[in-house]
Amino acid sequence: MYPLEARNLFKSYTGHLALDDVSIKVPEQKVYGLLGPNGAGKTTLIRIINNITAPDSGTVLWQGRPMQAADIAHIGYLPEERGLYKKMKVGEQALYLARLKGLSKADARVRLKYWFDKFDIASWSNKKLEELSKGMQQKIQFIITVLHEPQLLIFDEPFSGFDPVNTQLLKEEILSLKNKGATILFSTHNMSSVEEICDEITLINQSKVVLEGNVQQIRQQYADGIYRLTINPSERIAQSGKSFDILSQDIQDNKSCLRIQKKADFNTSILLKELSEQFDIRSFEEEIPSMNDIFIQTVKS
Amino acid sequence: MSKIGLIIEREYLSRVKKKTFLILTILTPVLLAALIAVPLLLSFIKGSDIKEIAVSDNSGMYISRLKSNDQYHYIPATESFETYKQKAKEDQGVYAYLVINGNLSTDTAKVSLYSRKQIEMELKDFVSNQLKDLAREDKIESYNIPGLKKIIDESNPKISLNTIKWDDEGNEKESSSELAMAIGMVCTMIIYIFIFAYGAMVMSGVIEEKSNRIVEVIVSSVKPFDLMMGKIIGIAMVGLTQVLLWVVLIGGILGIAGIVAKDSVTPEKMEKFSTEIVSTQSNQPTGMGTVQPADVQALSSAQKEAEPTIRKIYQMVSNINLGEICFWFILYFLGGYLLYASLFAAVGSAIDNQEDATQFTMPLTMIVLFALYAGIYSASNPDGPLALWCSMIPFTSPIVMMVRLPFGVPLWQLLVSFGLLVITFLLTTKIASKIYRTGILMYGKKPSYKELWKWLKFKN
Repeated sequence: MYPLEARNLFKSYTGHLALDDVSIKVPEQKVYGLLGPNGAGKTTLIRIINNITAPDSGTVLWQGRPMQAADIAHIGYLPEERGLYKKMKVGEQALYLARLKGLSKADARVRLKYWFDKFDIASWSNKKLEELSKGMQQKIQFIITVLHEPQLLIFDEPFSGFDPVNTQLLKEEILSLKNKGATILFSTHNMSSVEEICDEITLINQSKVVLEGNVQQIRQQYADGIYRLTINPSERIAQSGKSFDILSQDIQDNKSCLRIQKKADFNTSILLKELSEQFDIRSFEEEIPSMNDIFIQTVKS
Repeated sequence: MSKIGLIIEREYLSRVKKKTFLILTILTPVLLAALIAVPLLLSFIKGSDIKEIAVSDNSGMYISRLKSNDQYHYIPATESFETYKQKAKEDQGVYAYLVINGNLSTDTAKVSLYSRKQIEMELKDFVSNQLKDLAREDKIESYNIPGLKKIIDESNPKISLNTIKWDDEGNEKESSSELAMAIGMVCTMIIYIFIFAYGAMVMSGVIEEKSNRIVEVIVSSVKPFDLMMGKIIGIAMVGLTQVLLWVVLIGGILGIAGIVAKDSVTPEKMEKFSTEIVSTQSNQPTGMGTVQPADVQALSSAQKEAEPTIRKIYQMVSNINLGEICFWFILYFLGGYLLYASLFAAVGSAIDNQEDATQFTMPLTMIVLFALYAGIYSASNPDGPLALWCSMIPFTSPIVMMVRLPFGVPLWQLLVSFGLLVITFLLTTKIASKIYRTGILMYGKKPSYKELWKWLKFKN
């Protein structure tokens, strides 16, 4: 049973299909990445999960049963377009939004103190939001999202607008929330962060799911026989062999870096054997494509 | 606490706690009082500036009979027309120069008033009315009929028409259509101002949430309908608080003024004032006393007249069914506000910034303005067809019905009108909430009416 599952969602806006038979299964206590180019339908999907809009057809399941309005209280949502009341004091604002999520006033105060102390921002509590810098506002927004200790966290482009220091902080927080038991769904363009923290992903393109699964498996799947090897430069120019083609060669002072393509008819051990006969090998590794490459490759095709 | 309660609380407190709210609430009655008092004060200041009118009466019939007042003083002309003209060029001499060239009762063209300045209406009326009266007197005299003046005076009696209203029990009540009209107009104006000021507040609140992008966070916690209604109700409470504070404030000021007035005018003091007046009058036969006695005179005479007048006003006020008016006022006040506030909320949700609002608020503004004018015209004919229909149509009824109410409106009409209002505001709230829930998440291009219509049909 998945904590969150979307089945066959369709949603159209005037003359435009935003979601075309989209299904996702978010496993418990995992970081689930929702990838896709701009306008692919990620935000629509997230809004449907958050009960902000309704699908034309299809269902969202929460813990295996159709999701109800009351379940929303167990979701923490950080929208892509950040926003809080500019004229309202930070503390009051956080308290108000936490209570809207169903926390009692006393509970909300205790948790707020914990997070404010943790991020070392207790002194801002009585400031109006507009007095704070953008990075500070982002931190406040993050706290508000996680304050009610939701089972499911939805982050829409969480790293946009964060500096590298805060991005690192945020990544650590996301992983620690996962370790505490939360399930995290997050949409992003930032592919390096996907490799770092996502367990599974779904790639949506032009309103459809085009790729899904475990990040490592997907990358393996996309590995198409390209290897990097470093050799001692016994000869200046390497020649292609029976089982491989040379893609590129970079000759340095005392070594040479090769990128080779294994021919499809041969397996790795034959390749290795041939390579070791020809070259004095210092290192050998398979080139696993980055999520960035996979993203571009999938979206372009 | 329920979520809508939380929203109402925030909307209410965030506005009431603002310094501007407190300042505006206190300043508005003060400003209104100033608006009335300043022109009054200015008219007093004008009075102290004495203007001299030199009179050259070639007929010799009028100069002794012309009477000066506080502002305009007649003086006999001592110099020639040319001298006055010359002096006027140098901005010297008298303010105006009156030349009477003959018997005005036979030839009105024989009088002219010269001045360097543009002669004000007040002076023109002052001189021409006096001369007209004098010429009339002369004319009457010229008929040589004994006692004619007295006969004419008697044939021109003053009528004071008492208006009496029969109530359902057949009792007679002295009513005042002026007072009824005044009460109606005040109620109408309050509702009109409230619809506009607080409708706009709802709209800008929605726009603020939308442009701050907080709305997405909130609608992931509460239903858009709750958010909209919470805002509308919260702001309604701000308005009610303001009206209540005004009532207390004005009541307080009037109360204090009443106590002060009562203390300062005891019978002994009244006695003293009257003796002072007598002595003042004997000392100053022209009636141009120094400032202080004149004030005392005004005060005491006002006091003498005031008592029966106040009693009469009080009686008339009590004859108008204030309880009933208050009851319906609050209902129409809320009904009208809810009707328009939901529409203003819908407008706010459809646009991204205040500048784009005009296109959508224009129709609302036109309707409310029409209602206000209908209300003003209805005041003179509260049972006419315009008043009747406009007090039934829900979009105008909150404003127009208030004008009719003090004159007495049949209960069935009130019930039909208010019933329609309730049905309509439930309908507009429903429509508005549909536009709202789509609009708050739509950014970018300003939608057309056609798109709004489509939003109405979106499934949620």
